Amino acid sequence: MAVLKPLLAKPWIWSFLGALLVWLATIVFTGGYGAGGMVTAALSLAVFTVIVGVGQMFVITLGPGNVDLSLPANIGLASAVAMKVMDGNDSMIAVGLLAALATGVAIGAANYLLIWALRIPPIIATLSASFIIQSIDISYGRGLQIKPPPGFADFANWQVLGIPVLAILTVLFTIGAAIALQRMIYGRSVLAIGQNIRAAWLAGVNVGRIRFLTYTLSGALGGIDGALLAGYFRGANVDIGNEYLLASIAVVVIGGTSVAGGKANVPGVWGAALFLVLLLTMLNTFGVSAGVRLLLTGLIIVGVITAAGGQKALR
Amino acid sequence: MTAASLDTTAKTSAERGALARARLLRGLLPALSLALVLLAIAWLNPRAISYFGFSLMLNLAIPIALATIAQMFVIAGNELDLSIGTFVGFVGCVTATWLKDAPLVGVVILLGSIGVYALLGALIHLRNLPSIVVTLGMSFVWQGLAILVLPKPGGKAPDWLLAFMAFKPPFVPFPIIAALLIGLIVHFGLMRTSYGVILRGSGGNPAALGRAGWSLLKTKIVLFALAGLFGVLSGMALIGITTSADANIGNGYTLLAIAGVILGGGEFVGGRVSPIGAVIGALTLALAASPLLTFMHIPPDWQVAANGAILIIVLAARVLISRRER
Repeated sequence: MAVLKPLLAKPWIWSFLGALLVWLATIVFTGGYGAGGMVTAALSLAVFTVIVGVGQMFVITLGPGNVDLSLPANIGLASAVAMKVMDGNDSMIAVGLLAALATGVAIGAANYLLIWALRIPPIIATLSASFIIQSIDISYGRGLQIKPPPGFADFANWQVLGIPVLAILTVLFTIGAAIALQRMIYGRSVLAIGQNIRAAWLAGVNVGRIRFLTYTLSGALGGIDGALLAGYFRGANVDIGNEYLLASIAVVVIGGTSVAGGKANVPGVWGAALFLVLLLTMLNTFGVSAGVRLLLTGLIIVGVITAAGGQKALR
Repeated sequence: MTAASLDTTAKTSAERGALARARLLRGLLPALSLALVLLAIAWLNPRAISYFGFSLMLNLAIPIALATIAQMFVIAGNELDLSIGTFVGFVGCVTATWLKDAPLVGVVILLGSIGVYALLGALIHLRNLPSIVVTLGMSFVWQGLAILVLPKPGGKAPDWLLAFMAFKPPFVPFPIIAALLIGLIVHFGLMRTSYGVILRGSGGNPAALGRAGWSLLKTKIVLFALAGLFGVLSGMALIGITTSADANIGNGYTLLAIAGVILGGGEFVGGRVSPIGAVIGALTLALAASPLLTFMHIPPDWQVAANGAILIIVLAARVLISRRER
């Protein structure tokens, strides 16, 4: 019990417990069949949510009103760009990934440019940007049916002993993100801005630069995510990123990051992503209809957030 | 604060005149953007500026305006509703099925859904939850319910609703009259009544309002219930025009409604909203999204981008004006 107590105090533990519970419920239902396969599948799907979730987490941590609504459009466009640049050619994989990354960086930088130049709330800036990106994607990706290079598709689906390699790489990436958040000047600055932007500015934090970097980071992660998704699902499409608007925000909040900003939690993003993916798997296993699945997903998200409760605002 | 007010009093009358002009300009910005879009349409296709042309172009403006008003109530309380689009879709599905086949059940369901909205307001206030996440979750709930009510596109609008939406008043097209009425009624209720001031105050300075003895729980419930009410009206109006429903019919309205409120001069925090501005914002978006582009021979691919571009242009204009204001 003495060992458990500090563990239970961690805000991220609940999302992992939730994921475990959902997983157990499903294997009880199937009588133990497919328990391992389910974890493998959940890991490979959770990866995509985790990558954008981390970007969204940094943005949300900047404080109230900071959220990146352009992620779905970003993912869609980057997936199309990556597929077009790679053009089914193994030797172009790295170039395609770089192109997707560049697309994401450009979108993130454009987002911040709108926020800074027009001094508008980030929600509306990223929203207007996403309208425009969406149109570019529809026009650019029309009739695009290029398959990813075989090497890239194999890489995105590559597993070692039932563990997706992409998941291992993402774990490494999230460890890096956690270190950046807690131990590096950049991360500490993001937290400081989220707690009190004026105090952070008075303390000498370059607020503008940190916010610019954060939106660019979120954009870059969206771009990479788009390319990987196109590899995993073997093709780009305009709607490929749609579900990541809710998912990216939901995993951040369920994972224990404060929506009021200034308090972030990296492991929770993993727990929450696994929870959401396993939840979907469970509902599919139970064989419920699409309507009931959506209904229950929504109710569980509202339920979880109600149970977790909001923090009292600092001001 | 004191320094700032001293500063204002020290200003010369000429400066004050410039300030008043800038404020007026800012207030007129939504109307100016609408006028600009109308001028562009008139220039590109003069025949569109007619009774028939407006009836056609503004066809979908009524449900968009109603959804925008719904979103405006939520924004007035410093919250955001990301579920209004799927809610409109859900209402549409109920309207095309239950409301036609069993009107009493239909009415109960719709009233119940307004009750759910009120409950959400209470939940968000009591547990101090982020409205973005709660409503994002609710968007799944409404979508799921919509699919359960109407698994395949279809259904049919009640005849009285079809007749109402097809109403053709003399001289002025119905959508314009309806938009005016919606704007004026909500303007009176929210801007001119004493409880309307309290509602906006709950977004402006909740702490002060709470200390003055007003129940913040009640204001939040009222704001969310009003959002639900206008969401229901929006869904019904939409089905009255399209005649049949589809579970995804309202999905685009969430973002359109937010854009409309902001275009109309509303702000995310501080209870600063404008009902008439919101209706004008919705009309601008409705006109700019498709008729203007069609006349400019721009492919429909860029319709969404037009909405984004208009938002950015109007906000940029607002910044320019605000700069002069200081």
